[in-house]
Amino acid sequence: MSYTFRALMGACAVGALATAAQAETITVATVNNGDMIRMQSMMDDFNEQHPDITVEWVTLEENVLRQRVTQDVATGGGQFDVMTIGNYEVPIWGNRDWLMPLDDLSDDYDVEDLIPSIRGALSVDDTLYALPFYGESAFVMYRKDLAEAAGVEIPEQPTWTQIKAAAEAMTDSDAGVYGICLRGKPGWGENMAFISAMANSYGARWFDMDWQPQFDSPEWTAAVTDYLDLMTKYGPPGASSNGFNENLSLFQQGKCGMWIDATVAAGFVTDPEESTVADNVGYAVFPNKEGVDNHGNWLWSWNLGIPASTQSPEAAKAFVTWATSKEYTQLVAEKQGWRAAPPGTRTSLYENEDYLAEAPFATLTKETMDAATPEKPSVQDVPYVGAQFVSIPEFQGIGTAVGQQFSAALAGQMDADQALSSAQQLTQREMMKAGYIK
Amino acid sequence: MARAVTNRRKAIVTVAAWLIAIAIFFPIFWIVVLSFKTEGNAIKDPLEVLTSAWTFDSYATVQERSNYFRHFWNSVILSVGSTVLGLIIAVPAAWAMAFVPGKRTKDVLMWMLSTKMLPPVGVLVPIYLIFRDLGLLDSRIGLVIVLTLINLPIIVWMLYTYFREIPGEILEAARMDGATLRDEIIHVLTPMAVPGIASTLLLNIILAWNEAFWTLNLTAAKAAPLTAFIASYSSPEGLFYAKLSAASTMAIAPILIMGWFSQKQLVRGLTFGAVK
Repeated sequence: MSYTFRALMGACAVGALATAAQAETITVATVNNGDMIRMQSMMDDFNEQHPDITVEWVTLEENVLRQRVTQDVATGGGQFDVMTIGNYEVPIWGNRDWLMPLDDLSDDYDVEDLIPSIRGALSVDDTLYALPFYGESAFVMYRKDLAEAAGVEIPEQPTWTQIKAAAEAMTDSDAGVYGICLRGKPGWGENMAFISAMANSYGARWFDMDWQPQFDSPEWTAAVTDYLDLMTKYGPPGASSNGFNENLSLFQQGKCGMWIDATVAAGFVTDPEESTVADNVGYAVFPNKEGVDNHGNWLWSWNLGIPASTQSPEAAKAFVTWATSKEYTQLVAEKQGWRAAPPGTRTSLYENEDYLAEAPFATLTKETMDAATPEKPSVQDVPYVGAQFVSIPEFQGIGTAVGQQFSAALAGQMDADQALSSAQQLTQREMMKAGYIK
Repeated sequence: MARAVTNRRKAIVTVAAWLIAIAIFFPIFWIVVLSFKTEGNAIKDPLEVLTSAWTFDSYATVQERSNYFRHFWNSVILSVGSTVLGLIIAVPAAWAMAFVPGKRTKDVLMWMLSTKMLPPVGVLVPIYLIFRDLGLLDSRIGLVIVLTLINLPIIVWMLYTYFREIPGEILEAARMDGATLRDEIIHVLTPMAVPGIASTLLLNIILAWNEAFWTLNLTAAKAAPLTAFIASYSSPEGLFYAKLSAASTMAIAPILIMGWFSQKQLVRGLTFGAVK
């Protein structure tokens, strides 16, 4: 038995090696979102330029993908030649030499054209470790018709007090219209993305310079109290299980007066085929608390990185530079119109008149992205980089656990003080365990 | 003698059984309904969903975007391969335990079952590393081995229970007539145990078909079965219910049809040991 088994294993190993040596096939791991799916339909162009490279796609749901690629890159499994990762992972992985540095890009690629905040978020010591495919910040989307009917005006740079007043005026629960829809579903990338950004705009920070969690600070108390207050008074019922998609569908069906979320949502809510409110959407900058010069600092991008374990570095590089180039944007625009161009990565896109004409949300998207400063997410000093998250490996676990407290508070299982104090305790415990706090 | 059952009681039980059956089946029904809607209509209130227009759009999109057949074929190879391999190992094992029990047979059986109590993620990293070193990542043969090992305890247990119902005297008679051990298992035991083996086979094909932890974690492009196909249609940003439902319907349809035709054996398999 054991001989046969070993022979079998040997045969498999030889077989695997033989296939690897002969063909330039690269495997790309990616998420299921509109821009990534669109890329798969543009492959003819890539194949024309690189007939010797075959691209295999592995599309996975975000959480599955994250677990899958992390496991592979950490063990040097070599299953993927290109990985779609967020700006959360890039600096962490880059620091550990898990990713191939991308410092010798050709002049045609025009690195200088990348939006500075995104480029900064993807660099470790000024070396790029991944190329951005699509980027986003967050802003306020609101119903112009409802605001007008309610007699409120939402300024381009609203404060939280103005947002609250507008939410109150637009709420008409009998008609099923709620003044404001915000994320409540627990998760570091779900409700904590929003709540961390909101806390930033209240002048709060996750940690002080000694890595002590700050949930006991007055800024956090104010932010979380106002969040719960807004949502319980003017939010939709059952909001503690609403994430991006749930709010998107509520907004599209005309049930939200305002929705503060990722800028990418603007493309969906103005899509006349899916949205019933497509013609009535207005935009405003992410709110801030009076006197705090911070608009949340939300910055997210999906990027293409090449794991150091790849067997085909040159082919992988050819692919990532093609997919994030100016020519690619042009190609998408030619085939599917400017509205479909991947947003938020290149300055040149926002200087293009055709794009600005087709995407009414473009200017504000660019402004919010430019304003984001991941190296300084809060007005107070912090020991970390990040935006609506903290770029340390422990954050996924901590962020989700804290998110569960706030979601429970939103569901009425505890009050703001209880949620904050248990968030404080659990974060402190995890940070001690991880060795940040001596 | 059976207890007298009044008509009224019968009616109540029937209604209750139907209600439970409908409640269990409803999610599958709803998936099928959503798969024939547009994304915009799929997120409306349930009544509006039912009355909105029907369309094949989602199926067309799914067809265009992914290679359904490759995933389907991988699923077939993995589920059938692992079940057959498992049976080849389990039949002799169950024979030994049923007809030649030793002092520790019960403990061995319990120990085998206990391996099912460990959360699989606990051994993910070691197995991943072993697979990496053997070059088995993203290979069908590697997954067949893993799925066999996962389902082996269940296969052995099921066969053991069936074999116990077969009188040992028949095997003894065969031995008296000069049958070797091999003849005994292949020509005497196996034909008598066919119904039991059939239900074990069916149940394990279903278990392997639906296995979504190892099949997602150990595959990339080449060996990915239908579980990976479904996982590619969920999305954190954007609407996807209709397409996801279409993908799910396509993934469960083959196994649902197979289950429908083999209901009788399956029910026996699922209630094994309950009725003696």
